Amino acid sequence: MTTTSLLPRRAGSPATGRRRRTGSLLGLVAWLCGIAFFLPVAWMVLTSFHSETDAATNPPSVGAGISLHGYREFFGAAGGGVSPWPPLVNSLTASVVSTLLVLLLAVPAAYALSIKPVRKWSDVLFFFLSTKMLPLVAGLLPVYLVAQNAGMLDSIWLLVILYTSMNLPIAVWMMRSFLAEVPVEMLEAASIDGAGLATTLTRIVAPVAMPGIAATALISFIFSWNELLFARVLTGVVAGTSPVFLTGLVTSQGLFLAKVCAAATVISLPVLIAGFAAQDKLVQGLSLGAVK
Amino acid sequence: MPTRTTEPAPGATTAAVHRTGSPAARARRTGRAKDWARRAPLLPALVFLVVVTQLPFLATVVISFTRWNALAPDNRGFAALDNYRAVFTDPAMRASVGTTVLLTVTVVLVSLLLGLGLALLLDRGFRGRGIVRTLLITPFLIVPVASALLWKHALYNASYGLINGSLTWIWRLFGSDSPPQPDWMTDSPLAAVEMSLIWQWTPFMMLILLAGLQSRASDAVEAARMDGASAFDIFRFLTLPHLRRYLELAALLGTVYVVQNFDAVFTITSGGLGTANLPYTIYQTVYQSHDYGRASAQGVVVVLCSLLVATFALRTVSSLLREEVTA
Repeated sequence: MTTTSLLPRRAGSPATGRRRRTGSLLGLVAWLCGIAFFLPVAWMVLTSFHSETDAATNPPSVGAGISLHGYREFFGAAGGGVSPWPPLVNSLTASVVSTLLVLLLAVPAAYALSIKPVRKWSDVLFFFLSTKMLPLVAGLLPVYLVAQNAGMLDSIWLLVILYTSMNLPIAVWMMRSFLAEVPVEMLEAASIDGAGLATTLTRIVAPVAMPGIAATALISFIFSWNELLFARVLTGVVAGTSPVFLTGLVTSQGLFLAKVCAAATVISLPVLIAGFAAQDKLVQGLSLGAVK
Repeated sequence: MPTRTTEPAPGATTAAVHRTGSPAARARRTGRAKDWARRAPLLPALVFLVVVTQLPFLATVVISFTRWNALAPDNRGFAALDNYRAVFTDPAMRASVGTTVLLTVTVVLVSLLLGLGLALLLDRGFRGRGIVRTLLITPFLIVPVASALLWKHALYNASYGLINGSLTWIWRLFGSDSPPQPDWMTDSPLAAVEMSLIWQWTPFMMLILLAGLQSRASDAVEAARMDGASAFDIFRFLTLPHLRRYLELAALLGTVYVVQNFDAVFTITSGGLGTANLPYTIYQTVYQSHDYGRASAQGVVVVLCSLLVATFALRTVSSLLREEVTA
């Protein structure tokens, strides 16, 4: 649409009219795709508000009455189930603390790699990315054995360490490109004024690179919050995270569709809210600027 | 920062250093202390990653040469290549290699193509574009286990899932009482897993490609259009070359994550019916057979295969970085 307005000479020509028609048709296609991709999520949320009998019907009961049964079951108010709060708190702790650690380690590293290029900087960068190529599962057993001997099994802090290492490589990659955008003049001015590394990082680099830091934090939070394999293997009763809790809902007591959908909705909510709120940053962050 | 030019690409400086040689001399003058100050911020992250990711892998290599089953703790010892022989002669292991390749390639290719189509659609202006983007991003933001459970129980289930339920509903509209009710997870288990993963990863691909499209300078496209180039020509000769690096990056990152997928395989089929991929197989060897030696050998084989792929992929990214330098 904007292109046609830029070309006033052509306005009204048959070609433009055709383009406008295809334009609105493509808009419609986009809307249909959007709805198709959203449909399973909409179905999950709708089912979570149904009673168990309305949830499992064929054909689907779209218009069935709203019931909070699934949520009451999930939060343990009805049926005296297991409380979901400890897993939710565990997930929050693991995700937030590991994200903070990731930033703490990635920002200086990316700073060294981008603003003051280290010799062989690209080799270092490849090393970071290559750690991401190794399937995590290949290092799982030694981690498990060490944790077992150190009495660290079923501890949320072990997950914090592992999630930090899991997200650090990608974070360094993302941060490097964001930090490359900090104007050199500002850094030179700071260096002339005698600012040290810490001051430069906190007073000059961090404010300029804030959107990038936010995007990196968001990605790191999402991947930590979502992680299942390590959490399942290394935690148990005390430190189980939300995804682990979710898998337990199905195996331990048969299937209650409304309850499972309610649980899936609640557990996805933090990521959904964060993701929706920071869509633009997500787009920016995922481009990783590696191609900027 | 005398060696730094105003060009934002950090590699440009390194390239300049090699070309002229004079900054290298300057670097020698500034001495080792400054070198260390430059490297110091890098060290914590580097040390952390080496300790947490490389040391365990080294331990995996050592364990892979030992005879060690947790169920028989007394029978421990040096096994030479026995575990590796077991891995390569185990049909289940070979099958899981094939499954991993098939699963990864299918999911990455299909979601990359879908993501490209969606990104192209979203790059145009139309009413409600922001809302459509939000709708499209949602699958990526659902916790993977939750999405796997959702597909397994609320969508695929043969007796009350949404897919078969909709078939019943549509058939009834036409007055038929015998709609097809396939059992998706037993009839086509791998496709069922792939479908849920494609749904989950298409938004990721779309986001990267959309970022790529939006970073494209619009004047070239305008000029081409003025010269009467068709939409296809513009796509073929302007958009696609510009997107190449973004496509490579999306494929690379998608592969890294999909190869390691555990959640969908574990939840939807529990690795049954030929859907066990490598991560799931290793998980099983550790937690069902308790054969630590063999699990480690499996892990090492996986890593070696990944390294082959990674070398290839990294070369792609490295060409990407070189272009950044020369850009």
